[in-house]
Amino acid sequence: MKILLIGNPNVGKSVIFHRLTGVKTIVSNYPGTTVEFSKGFMRFFDLEAEVIDVPGTYSLHPTSKAEDVAVKLIDEADVLINIVDATNLERNLHLTLELINKKEKPLIVVLTIWDETKHKGIEIDVKGLEELLGVPVVTTCGLTGEGIKDLVFKIKQAKLSPLRTKKIPLWNEIGNIVEKVQKLHHRHHTFLDIMQELSIKPPFAFFFALVVVCLSFVVIRFIGEGFINHICDPFFEHFYNPLAMKLSGILGEGGFLHTILIGNLVEGQIEYSQSFGVLTTGIYVPFAMVMPYVLSFYFILGLLEDSGYLPRLAVLSDRVFHRLGLHGYAIIPTILGLGCNVPGALSTRLFEARREKFIAATLLAVAVPCMAQSAMIVGLLGRFGGQYVAIVFFTLFSVWFILGFFMNRFLSGRSPEILIEIPSYRIPHLKTALRKLWMRISWFIKEAVPLVLLGIVIVNVLYYLKVIDLLGMVFAPIVTKIWGLPKEVIGALIIGFLRKDVAVGMLRPLDMSLRQLIVGASILGIYFPCAATFFVLVRELGAKDMIKSIFIMLSCAVSVGAILNVILIWGGIR
Amino acid sequence: MIDLTQLNEGQSAKVISIEGGAGINKRIQDMGIREGSIVTKVTRLFSQGPVVVKAGRTQVALGRGMASKIMVEPLEK
Repeated sequence: MKILLIGNPNVGKSVIFHRLTGVKTIVSNYPGTTVEFSKGFMRFFDLEAEVIDVPGTYSLHPTSKAEDVAVKLIDEADVLINIVDATNLERNLHLTLELINKKEKPLIVVLTIWDETKHKGIEIDVKGLEELLGVPVVTTCGLTGEGIKDLVFKIKQAKLSPLRTKKIPLWNEIGNIVEKVQKLHHRHHTFLDIMQELSIKPPFAFFFALVVVCLSFVVIRFIGEGFINHICDPFFEHFYNPLAMKLSGILGEGGFLHTILIGNLVEGQIEYSQSFGVLTTGIYVPFAMVMPYVLSFYFILGLLEDSGYLPRLAVLSDRVFHRLGLHGYAIIPTILGLGCNVPGALSTRLFEARREKFIAATLLAVAVPCMAQSAMIVGLLGRFGGQYVAIVFFTLFSVWFILGFFMNRFLSGRSPEILIEIPSYRIPHLKTALRKLWMRISWFIKEAVPLVLLGIVIVNVLYYLKVIDLLGMVFAPIVTKIWGLPKEVIGALIIGFLRKDVAVGMLRPLDMSLRQLIVGASILGIYFPCAATFFVLVRELGAKDMIKSIFIMLSCAVSVGAILNVILIWGGIR
Repeated sequence: MIDLTQLNEGQSAKVISIEGGAGINKRIQDMGIREGSIVTKVTRLFSQGPVVVKAGRTQVALGRGMASKIMVEPLEK
């Protein structure tokens, strides 16, 4: 038997899904799309069923790919469980009646967020609703799990509604039903209500957003660094390194296999962030440097999503992103990208239109420095004074804004407008959040890690074949003549393809002036994404758009380097 | 009759018509904003930014372009 959970977005469907199904859930793409849905299994006495969590949809007339998938999945179902937000009966019933009218499938209606109705002064006559709809109605609260048992017992009673033959205009019918079963009572505003208003109304909303974002970054850094220092690094030092050193001895330094697998030894030792072998840097970077941050970033992102704050953040930042040809949800790739560009690049998938995806991906690659890189920029320039660090970040921010503005102006098509529901604040359900985190992490391992390894292999082969040295010679005039930097910076630019932060660090011993350091650090941010991001972007954008994007990156780097160099000389920074 | 962007903060109004293409019209209606329904403006973000309204029991944020295509009749206070 196939059971489908279907409902509007933001009604807490996933929480019910996780309560119904066991540990084993699978996330799959609907064939031919990037739309994902979760699948799990439940067993209850003689009832054995596959449960599918369908992407949220407002109606059966799809207006997006996700909704299209939702509608297609319905046709494969045996029983439909319609999840209805009890605090928003009128709008949710629209889908319910559409399901009744258009799909001849046994149905059961679940009124969820039931506990909230009391706080909100809503009284619903469940028996009455059951009679009017002609299908079983169950009340649940996802957070506490109340009512889930009742739902499981009643699945077998799901039935076709007698309403399906009536051909009354939908909204009239809904109006009638709501009037009969729902009573509203006046009640005082609660603290959450007041926050709900305040956190969307300027100017307080912007102040609040700033606090939330800063706090998030502090927590993300705390969790990320905690993992790196207390789990990842000790593991590599005590368990992994002895094995890798043994292998290095067997292969012999300098051989082809050694170069590919282990890389270069630094004073006879493996330097995990610099050796560049598949089994050294290739394993260390994704698992010990990127993963801790991906984990903490996705965890915080999940909490922001589930609490209902993320849509507000999207609305607040919409004004800026709209200028760049994107809408407010572009805040997600941007925030993720500030942690690590790889998950940022993966999340450009949320844009359906090719134009938006292109703009978001290019902006990310050009002007959003990852956490490791930012830290190195602070380390490199901070000792001269905070204002020089600020120059680099201000440069990147300006490039981000100006480049986005021009792309929006000159790429064909128009930027879409935002249209989203702002859900009520809710307390996140920890177990659901952790499951979501686990799904995202395994997705990251599956999608991104192989690309990082592939990138390292390719770059190593190119190194071995001396192609990279050749590239260095070709680009030397740009570095010295246009940017006013020493020729050795080419080494950092090449390494930057693998590790941006290490590349920034490589500027330090080059005996450069303050101006050169500022220009060098800015250019390293702009000129090209790291290999891992690069390969993810190739797949997300396709070869043709990627070539266009690379052209933009390189021309940006050349011109910004030149302009910044001139401005700094003007400003008296030598 | 005015459009949604001209409505004052905190004021309620009855939706008279929604201009614009069928696709976008449909999406706006799915959010509970349709002819005859009552909406209350919560806020707008900058002069050119999105408009936030309360429709039924939900808050909806919509782009300024969309909001300017929704014609409403303000209700007396």
